[in-house]
Amino acid sequence: MTRNVRVQYFGILREQRGCGEESRETGAASPLDLYRELAGEHGFSLDPENLRVAVNDEFRDWDSILAEGDKVVFIPPVAGG
Amino acid sequence: MELSREQIERYSRHLILPEIAVEGQKRLLSSRVLLIGTGGLGSPLALYLGAAGVGKLGLVDFDVVDRSNLQRQVIHGLSWLGKPKVESAKARIADLNPDVQVEVHREAITSKNALEILREYDVVIDGTDNFPTRYLTNDACALLKKPNIYGSIFRFDGQATVFDTARGGPCYRCLYPEPPPPGMVPSCAEGGVLGILPGIIGLIQATECIKILLGIGSSLVGRLIQYDSLAMKFRELKLRRDPNCPLCGDNPTIHELIDYEQFCGIPKPDEKKEEQQTMIPQITAPELKAKLDAKEDFLLLDVREQHEYDIARIPGATLLPLSVIQQRVGELEDHKGREIVIHCKMGGRSMQACQFLQSQGFSKVVNVAGGITAWSDQVDPSVAKY
Repeated sequence: MTRNVRVQYFGILREQRGCGEESRETGAASPLDLYRELAGEHGFSLDPENLRVAVNDEFRDWDSILAEGDKVVFIPPVAGG
Repeated sequence: MELSREQIERYSRHLILPEIAVEGQKRLLSSRVLLIGTGGLGSPLALYLGAAGVGKLGLVDFDVVDRSNLQRQVIHGLSWLGKPKVESAKARIADLNPDVQVEVHREAITSKNALEILREYDVVIDGTDNFPTRYLTNDACALLKKPNIYGSIFRFDGQATVFDTARGGPCYRCLYPEPPPPGMVPSCAEGGVLGILPGIIGLIQATECIKILLGIGSSLVGRLIQYDSLAMKFRELKLRRDPNCPLCGDNPTIHELIDYEQFCGIPKPDEKKEEQQTMIPQITAPELKAKLDAKEDFLLLDVREQHEYDIARIPGATLLPLSVIQQRVGELEDHKGREIVIHCKMGGRSMQACQFLQSQGFSKVVNVAGGITAWSDQVDPSVAKY
């Protein structure tokens, strides 16, 4: 079963993906599966434990369940000042 | 303390706001705020908090003003190049508002001095530029039960929130329990930053500071603002205290400050030297110049990005960006037996490239310490620094 999700990238992930936002049809069941799928395609340098994921404006566990139409945001740490 | 005639004039737009009025302005004048960092975020913070009449501003920064700061660090000017940032900021605030007492701490904040410095202030604002200092500031504020107003920037994105564990809010460790591996998240010096971005994030921090000091409005405690300047969108995310947080959770295990460099995986200077001596040989920029002048046989490899190469380059260097080196390593096959001298902007990415090439069987790799920046400083000032 696949679902359509809206994915948004911040910080270093924006550069590594080459865009800030995209729609995606995915078979991934959880944010973790989705991140691994994307990391495999785009060579993301950060492991999931180094960033946070939010779904529909709430931080979520990596193994929570993704639903059709979810807005998924990957938020890596930034330290600049 | 009564407000003087000059003060009534100066703060009149505050005084006519019922939420502030004379009482609130007096409260600001008796408040003490510490700014960690007097750079991108610290500049607008110091200017606006100084103008608002925060009575005592502490400034912590060990650095001096560099020309590359002026694109965003608006408190500093040309006449202060090479001079301490804290002194530059102090002079500017003195000109702006004599009501503000500025206390300068021209030093790095460390586990040794942090508690002593922070103790003197009501609110701490984190405007630093590195992970070890962010964890240090977080832990010190939680241990001293002081609000920590957090802001952070990178390229086109910013984050801001308020960590206030004394009021039941989460801390930085609840957001990011572990720092990223060293070198995985570039700094603004390596990755760049839109000049206006610290203005926006710094002034979100300044707004939160004024609100906390006055006890008005609803603070950002428990809410992370994620700002995207390209899309011009502010996203708000609910941030909860982690019951398992080692600092502010139900069973905390951190009761004193730790070694934050070690926590963030950054080797100590002596270990670093030893590691580099045993693993990857390093040369200085003048040593590279001597090798080039002697026409020694080696490949000079530049692992920066194309757009950096377009700004400035060392003559004779071959460009192969670190970001594509894994895919394009085949192009170096003919040089496998040769010495390969690698440089980047400051020496970090070239070290990663050295380690990668060494793992691929290139036995004679050499890193240029300090990169093209050291080349500009020590060999050829006509090569632009960026």
